[in-house]
Amino acid sequence: MTHFINDFFPIAVAFIKSVLSSFLPSWIVDIITIVISISVFIMFATIVVMSLVYFERRVIAWIQDRVGPNRTGPEGVLQPIADVIKLFAKEDIVPTNADPIVFKLSTFVMVFSALLVYTVIPFGPGMIISDLNIGVLYAVAITGLTAVGMLMAGWGSNNKYALLGAMRAAAQVISYEIPLVFSIIGVVMITGSLSTVSIVHGQEAWGGWRWNILLQPIGFVVYFISATAELNRTPFDLMEAESEIIAGYHIEYSGVRFALFFLAEYLNAFAVACLGATLFFGGWLGPILPPYVWFIIKAYALFFIFYWLRGTLPRVRIDQLMSLAWKYLLPAAVANVVLTGVGIWIYHALTA
Amino acid sequence: MLTDNPTGNLPTLEDETEQIVMNMGPQHPSTHGVFRMILTLSGETIVKADLEMGYLHRGVEKQCEEGTFVHNVTATDRLDYLAAMSNNLAYSIASEQLAGVEVPERAWYIRTIVCELQRIASHCVAVGTFGADVGTMFTPLQYAFREREMILDMFNMICGARMTLNYVRPGGVSLDLPEEFMPACRYFVDIMPAKIDEYESLLTGNEIFTARTKGVGVLRRDRALDYAVSGPTLRGSGPAYDVRRDAPYGIYDRFDFNVITEEAGDCFSRYLVRVREMRESVKIVKQALDQLPDGPYFAPLSRNFRPAVGESFSRIESPKGELGFYMVSDGSIAPYRCKIRAPSFINLGPLREMLVGHKVADAVVILGSIDIVLGEVDR
Repeated sequence: MTHFINDFFPIAVAFIKSVLSSFLPSWIVDIITIVISISVFIMFATIVVMSLVYFERRVIAWIQDRVGPNRTGPEGVLQPIADVIKLFAKEDIVPTNADPIVFKLSTFVMVFSALLVYTVIPFGPGMIISDLNIGVLYAVAITGLTAVGMLMAGWGSNNKYALLGAMRAAAQVISYEIPLVFSIIGVVMITGSLSTVSIVHGQEAWGGWRWNILLQPIGFVVYFISATAELNRTPFDLMEAESEIIAGYHIEYSGVRFALFFLAEYLNAFAVACLGATLFFGGWLGPILPPYVWFIIKAYALFFIFYWLRGTLPRVRIDQLMSLAWKYLLPAAVANVVLTGVGIWIYHALTA
Repeated sequence: MLTDNPTGNLPTLEDETEQIVMNMGPQHPSTHGVFRMILTLSGETIVKADLEMGYLHRGVEKQCEEGTFVHNVTATDRLDYLAAMSNNLAYSIASEQLAGVEVPERAWYIRTIVCELQRIASHCVAVGTFGADVGTMFTPLQYAFREREMILDMFNMICGARMTLNYVRPGGVSLDLPEEFMPACRYFVDIMPAKIDEYESLLTGNEIFTARTKGVGVLRRDRALDYAVSGPTLRGSGPAYDVRRDAPYGIYDRFDFNVITEEAGDCFSRYLVRVREMRESVKIVKQALDQLPDGPYFAPLSRNFRPAVGESFSRIESPKGELGFYMVSDGSIAPYRCKIRAPSFINLGPLREMLVGHKVADAVVILGSIDIVLGEVDR
């Protein structure tokens, strides 16, 4: 029974496969199972994003000493659904002077790049869409794609606020990509693999508690700060700073397109939280509860820190943002790589 | 670690980029109303700033020539709508000087209490929105509005309105304090210092907040005096000038309070002055509550009184600065002329030179640190 609960999703996939392969050629079965898992995943992701938005509103309301949404459904849990319906019912406006192709395309670039990251995220043993052997590198590269979407949105809108936001986005995402990659290198060195599944398995020592955060505290701090900046969340939300450039690159978007931007933003943020849980907090490892539950708990706990920062901190300025990345985070990340190397060398010298 | 370069400008980045003109306002979340800044930008740096006001002009000064002296109090509510009590008071003092009435002592105490509460409420808005301008997710704003709400509830108790109060009138105040006011007010002054600590714990020591405000929008002492700015904007630059102490009106000479000054003249010192002034106002309210005498709260004055021919000038320390009313009477039931010295309007003077050389993001911070209310700027 525990085996059935813990491995529910792989068992379900295997069952569907066995039923279908009795009367279909194997390549069609593969395509169908992939389509089914992707559809299930997209539904799951949409529900996650709605829950994240709901939790964000409630947590920030709690920080700010107010109630937050509590009218639609019990404790307001249906509020995100109401919001989505509202956004879908709104008029989709394309400004007269905008570049319509770039303007419309950018939303898809954003959402696709956000969804693609989840390909390599292991929600549990066997619960990964594709266990690439360069998984971490792939995830980091795909997150960088959002800069392209933002630039397209800012340029295509033909609006000065949007352009300023897009320029800030390009500078910010490119700058923070570098400390982000360097912060992960420490983990990769310890594990000796770029595959996300291997990284989780590498943390199974010490009875499943040798989480990388214990060996890589500096790496985690640099990872989290860079990820916050890359995700464009407070205190680094310069590209959509509402008190300065109002909404930045997505100022001209309305209705469904705005909803897609919103979806992409939260998908990205959750992807980074998932990646953080995988790389530093032992992924699905944990006692008693099923592995995928542990994974979700860890990802939401990391996401809570995003809420917390958002409720507390003011926004930095563009030059301070740059100096933080290049003068402090990058040297810290490089020093962390060196330290890790020395540590591994000493470890090998002692155990050999 | 973030404060070594306050303006954030690189020394050798000379203008090889094309300058763009960006329009901020009149519809912009951070211009505190319908104010317009036309910024010429080189990259993100402001090289030129044109300021435009007047979108909220309603001709209040001209309206005052139409209504009677008592009618016009409602018009003053709409000047600085975050500090209606102070406007009412300045107007009433000028009218009383024309009419030559003696205001009862209890009325003066009530006026002092409500005006200092109003100062706290106005500074709550200033500090909270300043936090939002710097880029917080409205947490300081929510905290500050929580206490402002208590003050507005007290105003609701005493006169049935929350913002357009019409409470202080020529001759005294419109109604006596209700009995539930005293315990509410005492409770408020007891808890307020701890709440101010809470705002400070969110902002004052915050590394990012200080990096964003220290050394930004510096208004030097001599420039501040040249531009005749007043209120916290002036005291943030050094001069210790406060009408309550330097030209006491009413009963302010009976209270013990400090005039808060800061030397740096940047956004951070203006913010600090406001926070500390809230503490001083709490002190004044406490003393006034202890000394509050019994007696009439209104001098016998006809609703349509006709003052003698003459002129008068009153000035008070409103939350925004030195608020003055110059009134001329020709012996009729309405003023012949009513000129308002609006502190928000005059404090905007140095904004143009404070903006140049800073980043776009600092423009909203600098404007927020001056704390303007457009109802008063445009009149």
